[in-house]
Amino acid sequence: MKITLHAWRQKDADSPGGMQTREVDGISKDMSFLEMLDKVNEDIINEGGEPIAFDHDCREGICGTCSMMINGQAHGPDGSTTTCQLHMRSFKDGDAIHIEPWRSRAFPVVRDLVVDRSSFDRIVQAGGFISANTGGCHDANSQLVPKVSSDLAMDAAACIGCGACVASCPNGSAMLFVAAKIGHLANLPQGQPERYSRARSMIKQMDAEGFGACSNHYECEASCPKDIPVTFISDMNRDVLKANTCHSDK
Amino acid sequence: MAFNLDSKIPEGPLADKWTKHRFDMKLVNPANKRKFNVIVVGSGLAGASAAASLSELGYSVDCFCFQDSPRRAHSIAAQGGINAAKNYPNDGDSVRRLFYDTIKGGDYRAREANVYRLAEVSNGIIDQCVAQGVPFARDYGGLLDNRSFGGAQVSRTFYARGQTGQQLLIGAYQALSKEIGKGGVTMHTRTEMLDVVTVDGEAKGIITRDLVSGEIKRHAGDAVLLCTGGYSNVFYLSTNAMGSNVTAAFRAHKKGAGFANPCYTQIHPTCIPVSSEHQSKLTLMSESLRNDGRVWVPKKKGDDRAPSDIPENERDYYLERRYPSFGNLVPRDVASRAAKERCDEGFGVGESGLAVYLDFADAISRLGEDTIRERYGNLFQMYEKIAAENPYKTPMRIFPAVHYTMGGLWVDYNLQTTVPGLFALGECNFSDHGANRLGASALMQGLADGYFVAPYTVGNYLGEHGEMNTAKKVTTEHPAFDEAEAAVIARTERLLAVNGTQSIDSFHKRLGLIMWDNCGMGRTKETLDKALEEIPKLREEFWSDVRIPGGDKEFNAEVEKANRVADFLEFAETMCLDALTREESCGGHFREEHQSAEGEAQRNDENYAHAAVWEYTGEGNRPELSIEQLEFENVMLTTRSYK
Repeated sequence: MKITLHAWRQKDADSPGGMQTREVDGISKDMSFLEMLDKVNEDIINEGGEPIAFDHDCREGICGTCSMMINGQAHGPDGSTTTCQLHMRSFKDGDAIHIEPWRSRAFPVVRDLVVDRSSFDRIVQAGGFISANTGGCHDANSQLVPKVSSDLAMDAAACIGCGACVASCPNGSAMLFVAAKIGHLANLPQGQPERYSRARSMIKQMDAEGFGACSNHYECEASCPKDIPVTFISDMNRDVLKANTCHSDK
Repeated sequence: MAFNLDSKIPEGPLADKWTKHRFDMKLVNPANKRKFNVIVVGSGLAGASAAASLSELGYSVDCFCFQDSPRRAHSIAAQGGINAAKNYPNDGDSVRRLFYDTIKGGDYRAREANVYRLAEVSNGIIDQCVAQGVPFARDYGGLLDNRSFGGAQVSRTFYARGQTGQQLLIGAYQALSKEIGKGGVTMHTRTEMLDVVTVDGEAKGIITRDLVSGEIKRHAGDAVLLCTGGYSNVFYLSTNAMGSNVTAAFRAHKKGAGFANPCYTQIHPTCIPVSSEHQSKLTLMSESLRNDGRVWVPKKKGDDRAPSDIPENERDYYLERRYPSFGNLVPRDVASRAAKERCDEGFGVGESGLAVYLDFADAISRLGEDTIRERYGNLFQMYEKIAAENPYKTPMRIFPAVHYTMGGLWVDYNLQTTVPGLFALGECNFSDHGANRLGASALMQGLADGYFVAPYTVGNYLGEHGEMNTAKKVTTEHPAFDEAEAAVIARTERLLAVNGTQSIDSFHKRLGLIMWDNCGMGRTKETLDKALEEIPKLREEFWSDVRIPGGDKEFNAEVEKANRVADFLEFAETMCLDALTREESCGGHFREEHQSAEGEAQRNDENYAHAAVWEYTGEGNRPELSIEQLEFENVMLTTRSYK
């Protein structure tokens, strides 16, 4: 299989970047997308050039490190798939493939396709947790959790923090990411004491990081490799509203 | 100079040791804790839980990870579950039984006292995780659900769909984030540790490289905790993440930390088979699949019919045949070797013949597709994405792959290495799994070390040896830091100066092949001798012909890889030497010379019931061997039988 690869190259955050084109031959359909990039990089190194930088680690769709726009879509054309799980069998011989870094003001480019997503970490640090210090917890079965609540919490907790939701949103909004964390904890009894202060602090940090607002495009849901539904955003909005009106705990 | 390997196991009956030890350990006054700075390298289950817990106690913590966020460490990829001796299903479990199963599963090559403590704190881990909001699976009454796992006849495994590692890591990450938010932990992401700094033989800091700017930095600390995972990537192809490496542990080894049992390698039986030469990594399918899947191969050699065309009486369910009481749930090492044996004999399936079937047809007809989807949905989906086959309709093809390493830095009961002040937690140490780790025990150990062991034992060390007087503390101005930093810089310069013709990956792949062929699932004196001859040659070629594009003062993944592969090239030799020296088969170390007539592993308890601890003596020199004799006072050493 032969493809034409157009890749975003940018030396660092301060340098201007641009697309670079390269004809790639000898691609097998069984290769993963990142194995295709490995091959391209091996070729570049053998020619004496500098390989394309991209983020990746587990290569099985769970760590959330890999992150690129493929032909304008976050994580490429397949649904419920991270870049590392995408295979070349999803492309045709002779295809042109454009790869770019996540697009968002809150995710500055580090190099080529690598971006800085530490803004996500700072949102979690602002309140995305339950304040249960180590030790002194009561028996795990002493508090019943209805299976439906636990399942719903798990649906939200499946978020891998990759940032595809932000990258695909026309507003660069992080609402789905934040809603997933809030939804995970708000659906569990253990998450209730800090429920409203958590929603308020996380939203405040999200705004401070420069993410955009949500205007219900639902591109986030469509691009989410873990199929996290936008209904969590509605739930979060309700919590934020309550936090700002009824609960003056902080 | 041989090591003095004092395991510091407390006196007294097994069940009282940890309680007694906790009482005997020194405490640090709460007001003094913030005067101590603890360095935690790694942010997986062990690292994140230790950093968070130490910060909660009041210590000032610096935590480092090479990933872009502490949420990404490879603990996240663990699928199946975490063991605990809760006995919620009322099926006869207890701390004693979990201890016994773990010691037996490890083929009697782990330290009794450590394993007992692990079983003892296991229940607290579940309580802690539930309090943090880990959404474990529950039954309709709202209680926690359990499932069984390989190597156990009770249901003691807690799980969160097929993403247990992810959920536990997010729990620990949230606890860590809470402490970062409060200012107790300073997090250093995209930062790799390249050396440990020792002053008068004690660990006093580390040297790191900022992976974005390339800047080399010094960090001083009163204690250093390595939580840096395992070394499966010495095989190039493994189920570990691409970035997983031995560098931190190996650099500590070079600074005097003994490396124990490096040959103990876990080959996981249920992985997706290699499909092409471009393969960059292998993907594991959780062992929990063996609860409902049946493993088989055709009875006829080279049978290339589609699996659905092979009638029931022409299938060999070889695990059920060979091990009637455990069946498909035998421990990993046993299941892996059985698969290899069938494939070596020519019964393997798939294009390469290096695969066996894992079939869910029976379970689906018994329980319905919905139940199977609920239990394993994400795993089936993962399989379908990679193999492009629907496992609800056609059996999965699986083959063993390197997955976990039981060997690691030698630690005493306090998790301290042979270097005072340097601790090793989680997969990075050697302590709890012996020669083979049971399923759902890795998560348990990582969190046990981080939440419930290190916070006490590190405090004890600081209470006994810590310097509270700020004026007397070792700072980054100390000559030991100059020396360590200069060595790190010199090494990188040496790597860049080679300016050869072959890529780093090409060397890594070649090393992986040497290791898989000669120090893999079956090892012999002959193959190990061969590897020991080939590895130094490859290392020499690497240092004379490797090509590293770009410079080191920038974001450059090739510089990161070069450092790691260079360490693997040295470490691999120690691993093979250890495998050669251990003249027995036990757990994840199978020497083909030592097997029974039926092909089962044959231990040699008389001569090898010990931990083999290697001391670094210079590049290319033979490391020196010291031995910690393992004392078994509470279990009888028997031949493991899962028949």
